[in-house]
Amino acid sequence: MKYQPPGRPGSPVDVAPRYENFIGGKWQAPSTGQYSVDLCPATAKPLCEVPKSGAEDIELALDAAHSAKDAWGEASTAQRAAVLNKVADAIDAHREELAVAESWDNGKPVRETLAADIPLAADHFRYFAAAIRAEESEITEIDKDLIAYHFHEPLGVVGQIIPFNFPLLMAAWKLAPALAAGNTSVLKPASPTPWSILKLMEVVGDILPPGTVNVVGGPGAEIGKALATNKRIAKVAFTGETTTGRLIMQYASQNIIPVTLELGGKSPNIFFNDVAAADDDFLNKAVEGLVLYAFNKGEVCTCPSRALIQEDIYEEFMGRCLERIRAIKQGDPLDTETMIGPQVSKQQIEKIASYVEIGVKEGAELLTGGHRPTVGGEFTDGYFYEPTVLKGHNKMRVFQEEIFGPVLAVTTFKDEAEALEIANDTLYGLGAGVWSRDTRRTYRMGRAIKAGRVWTNCYHQYPAGAAFGGYKVSGIGRETHKMMLEHYSQTKNLLVSYSDKPLGLF
Amino acid sequence: MPENGTVGRVTATRAARRAIAALCASRGGPVMFVQSGGCCDGSDPMCFPGGELALGDGDMLVGVVEGCTFHTDAAQYEALGRPFYVLDVEEGAPGGFSLAAGDGLHFVTRVKAPRKQTS
Repeated sequence: MKYQPPGRPGSPVDVAPRYENFIGGKWQAPSTGQYSVDLCPATAKPLCEVPKSGAEDIELALDAAHSAKDAWGEASTAQRAAVLNKVADAIDAHREELAVAESWDNGKPVRETLAADIPLAADHFRYFAAAIRAEESEITEIDKDLIAYHFHEPLGVVGQIIPFNFPLLMAAWKLAPALAAGNTSVLKPASPTPWSILKLMEVVGDILPPGTVNVVGGPGAEIGKALATNKRIAKVAFTGETTTGRLIMQYASQNIIPVTLELGGKSPNIFFNDVAAADDDFLNKAVEGLVLYAFNKGEVCTCPSRALIQEDIYEEFMGRCLERIRAIKQGDPLDTETMIGPQVSKQQIEKIASYVEIGVKEGAELLTGGHRPTVGGEFTDGYFYEPTVLKGHNKMRVFQEEIFGPVLAVTTFKDEAEALEIANDTLYGLGAGVWSRDTRRTYRMGRAIKAGRVWTNCYHQYPAGAAFGGYKVSGIGRETHKMMLEHYSQTKNLLVSYSDKPLGLF
Repeated sequence: MPENGTVGRVTATRAARRAIAALCASRGGPVMFVQSGGCCDGSDPMCFPGGELALGDGDMLVGVVEGCTFHTDAAQYEALGRPFYVLDVEEGAPGGFSLAAGDGLHFVTRVKAPRKQTS
């Protein structure tokens, strides 16, 4: 089926001409009085106006977050969990509306937002609602009369900066653990996708106590910096580009606050020859596993953008994969048959096109794609790029640099040792995939690959409960797991003596 | 080799040089460029106020454009085959915490064919 675009008759989503910041539970115009135009990537046409805020708006949001933090931090875990569960219920109840809004703002196909982004966002709030209820403080008996109590306390007000590729899911990944642990948040959405999070606030704004979540939109150089450098935040969490990640750590060092970072990747996806040992469901699954580089148009930090295929099955296996890639349906992101939508912005397609050109100049062989497709109709000017495959070797730039588009770099390997060497020959260490029917081999590979998540005989699954984060320059911290609660908590130790006896030193 | 008022392995188009000059004039001082890598806004040059990013031993100076330094991570530079960068400007907002190259514009780097050198 096809959904009508937001704002048109029959669409599940309405669009106001202009949106404001969400601060202290209210919609507030930016202090700058300025707005920018949010473009729909599928049509390259204006969607609405969004705030182009300034540093003053960050201060207003921090005022609201600080005024809310004591009551929220002192609320019982049952009370906080109840709010998170209501947020999850509201997201579920508005699944279609949020999925369509997300697809139209970002370009990702609605089949993905309906099946993954929105249900996973709701599930994330439920997971952390459960995790915080189950969390216990620890008591250590140092000796018979000396007891160490360890309490988890909220940090206070945290700053959270999220990327454009999963605007709502990344918001959920950041907000759910922060709120569960008793913190309040000032959140800055990414400039290319400022709108869907505001639609989420329309849905959940009344459920959240005023000031617990504050959303301020605008340029990173001004409000991102104003937030990350602010002395009134107790922690900063960021997902995005590596240099900005470094800058955020630097700012945090000046205020001596913790950071969690999720940065880039160039994830290997390794296919051993035994995947083709039989023409069965598993082989079919492995073929899809390779084609998943086109998931979310390749705009994923963990995009399996380097495929490593054992040389003796290369022709047969890649043949099947290319057939599947050529069958990818590209077009209207609001058509549930569409598998790949437009890239998020004009900048992205230009960057992708330049990388494909670099790859071909470096001697890579273009196996499929490599052009902007003609989609036609109202999508003529949309930011579409064909699913593309380049064959080459791991020293090429297209194997080393994250393209953030539907471009796969494929190469071959002789044996397990060479596969491992190529897999680890990268600056990044976020994700990896290993495919084989031999579980001893997948275990050895999984342990030896230097990446935070090694999908084994699967890829691109992001369930709450499985820790996600990077090795090497891919970041610090583990999201989507209850261990994230530690990243949003202080430990308070009460060391209590129940003895009447003095130490005897003075 | 110096080219268009730049030194090192980075040059700039006329549009980029105009944008840098205007940015420096409006800010009253130089800016710095850091070639990024990875994730959403990766592969774009980040443009910060001069001195904003604390540089470490792992960073190298690629060149100087219009009096503004251009840096990159040395390991990344090697991994990418020691590219030769050309700074340019394009439409669209900058990524990360990068300064804009003017209203509605951002800096980009184009890459000339890698020149592998034996060292």
